[in-house]
Amino acid sequence: MPFEPKIVGFLCNWCSYTGADLAGVSRIKWPPNVRPIRVMCSGRIDPTFIVKAFREGADGVLVSGCHPGDCHYYQGNYKALRRYHLLRRVLEQFGIHPDRLMLTWVSAAEGERWAKVTNEITERVRKLGPLHLKD
Amino acid sequence: MIKLRIDGNEVEVNAGTPLLKAAQKLNIEIPTLCYYEGIEPYAACRVCMVEVVRGRRRRMVTACNYPATDGIEVFTENERVRRARRLNLEMLLGRCSEVPVIRELAAKYGVEKSRFGYDPKEKCILCGLCVRMCSDIVKANVLSFAYSGPRRKVVTPFEREMATDVCIACGACAHVCPTGAITIEDLSQRRGEVPEMPLGPKTAISIPFQQAVPKVPYIDPDACIKMQTGGCGICAQVCEPEAINYTMQDEVVELDVGQILVATGYQIFEASQMAQYGYGKLDNVLSALEFEKMLNSTGPTGGRVLMKNGKEPRAIGLIHCIGSRDARYHKYCSRVCCMYALKFAHLVKDRTNAEVYQFYIDMRAFGKGYEEFYSRILDEGVNMIRGKAAEVVEATWGNEREGHLLVRCEDTLIGKFREVPVDMVVLCAAIEPNADQDRIGQIFSLSRSPDGFFLERHPKLDPMGTVNDGIYLAGCCQGPKDIPDTVAQAQGAAARILALISKGEVFLDPIRACIDENLCGGCKVCNNLCPYSAITFDDVKKVSIVNETLCKGCGTCVAACPAGAITGSGFTDEQIFAEIEGILADAGNK
Repeated sequence: MPFEPKIVGFLCNWCSYTGADLAGVSRIKWPPNVRPIRVMCSGRIDPTFIVKAFREGADGVLVSGCHPGDCHYYQGNYKALRRYHLLRRVLEQFGIHPDRLMLTWVSAAEGERWAKVTNEITERVRKLGPLHLKD
Repeated sequence: MIKLRIDGNEVEVNAGTPLLKAAQKLNIEIPTLCYYEGIEPYAACRVCMVEVVRGRRRRMVTACNYPATDGIEVFTENERVRRARRLNLEMLLGRCSEVPVIRELAAKYGVEKSRFGYDPKEKCILCGLCVRMCSDIVKANVLSFAYSGPRRKVVTPFEREMATDVCIACGACAHVCPTGAITIEDLSQRRGEVPEMPLGPKTAISIPFQQAVPKVPYIDPDACIKMQTGGCGICAQVCEPEAINYTMQDEVVELDVGQILVATGYQIFEASQMAQYGYGKLDNVLSALEFEKMLNSTGPTGGRVLMKNGKEPRAIGLIHCIGSRDARYHKYCSRVCCMYALKFAHLVKDRTNAEVYQFYIDMRAFGKGYEEFYSRILDEGVNMIRGKAAEVVEATWGNEREGHLLVRCEDTLIGKFREVPVDMVVLCAAIEPNADQDRIGQIFSLSRSPDGFFLERHPKLDPMGTVNDGIYLAGCCQGPKDIPDTVAQAQGAAARILALISKGEVFLDPIRACIDENLCGGCKVCNNLCPYSAITFDDVKKVSIVNETLCKGCGTCVAACPAGAITGSGFTDEQIFAEIEGILADAGNK
């Protein structure tokens, strides 16, 4: 059986989750490898969520928020951006390839962009191979 | 009030009213050249001579400045009066021999030629209306008399032609001049014009258009004499209800509201961006809004379709989809253009004998009754050419050397290139989002769809709502739409707003942050993170506390709390961990 990566997506409620919803409404195909979890804001995403996801067997993690300047809560996405850069370093020290974590911005109007982003992370993680952290 | 008799009729007026005005009350017309209401009478032309009888005394006076007094009798057309006027008119005719208004008036009194000379060039009768207008009313003090005796004349400062910055180019002197001796040349382009509607001039105080809401005049501060020199003020003098207010300023009003309907509208695509259609360069290439204004019966042409030279066009081309359905500008369809272009065709056919050509990509008659209207226009003999026009160029037509227009296009129905000669072209430009749509969107936290219009909550199930509770959309700020669609959406939004008002209470999502006082270490990290300043520090307990009404539940503080003292209801760490575990339940089992 070919390797199908399991990717956890953390989506903010206002932009990315609605964008993903729009992709569905617009009948745009995006890979089922990404399994979305809704949070109110990308600023809510605690780095422990991401580490937890890797521990539970995820091969990749996608964090998606509103575009800079468009955050429903003014600056939550900037806080996510800061945490993302720090977490990439930590992941590397743990032996997890930092490219398994991806941060992106998808607005509520960008159903097509959501499909593009999910394809990108899926292909990226597929190339990196399985993580085998749960075993 | 006093009583006097004019030509045998008794009239009652205020003491001191000029006889001319008193006569007007009886509909008796006294001829005059130099009387202008609102300007101090000067009795210069002496055409308004009348005879006044008081007791046994009879005398000739000028009606424009002789005050009405009690008991006098006035004769305006007896032989003595006519003789005096005849002589005065003969002298005026001797000075200004070819001025139409003087010739007409003189002819009325039987004066065809003057014994006092002949001067076809002179137009000024030295009545000084312009001088008094400029100094008393406008208060610009530009014009004055110079020299005396036969050399007396009206001059600009130092007798230079318009070489003065004092003149504000208001044109009031030319307006009051009875003989047309003053012409205005706008050497420094100081006169106001309506930039978006260049079809005609406007006055400093005007009603923008007849259908304006509210339909009240407004003052253009750049053109108003009162606002430039402090003079004039005529509009306030003539306004009986005293509605004119020169000191009114824009004001910013702050209102506390619970719900907001965003209906900020649209702007029209600037057609000069597509240089191939010649808008702004070629005469008689109009935008749809300009053509609409021209068709308006209260507009600058009184509803007549006219070219710039004042003639009626023999053929008109209506070009659809300027900037819309075009990958280079806007991909979307503007929805309203097909139907208003058909309406234009109908009105042109109704008012002129011109041929009408419609250059369209697809005819989108989508609404109720629209297809029927389209069929009706086809029956009226409008030429439909399926194919987007490629360019509009200047051309000559037949033997006429004057510039006409040529529309080059591909007729996709017959598969040929065509060149259609027309006199006038109307461009149906796209509806596009306002230039400041982005800024308005940020104020209300609204998303925009890829076309730049505001995004509704759901395209089918919630077309007037937004992701923000209490903020609704109506009209073209959400996407191009015609009047019925706009009204439907706006009424829907209004109903939603009223429903919430009549309910009287709002349900908030129970997503809030909550601080456990036993765990909080009082580090204050969360205090500055909160975008709504919902977290404050309790100096007595030495812990941070959340104001639950201000908190919007974003969870930024929850993620940041080093002590793990903050929980976000609905999105607690445990809940999200459980979600991760559940979502990855199948992972790792080889």
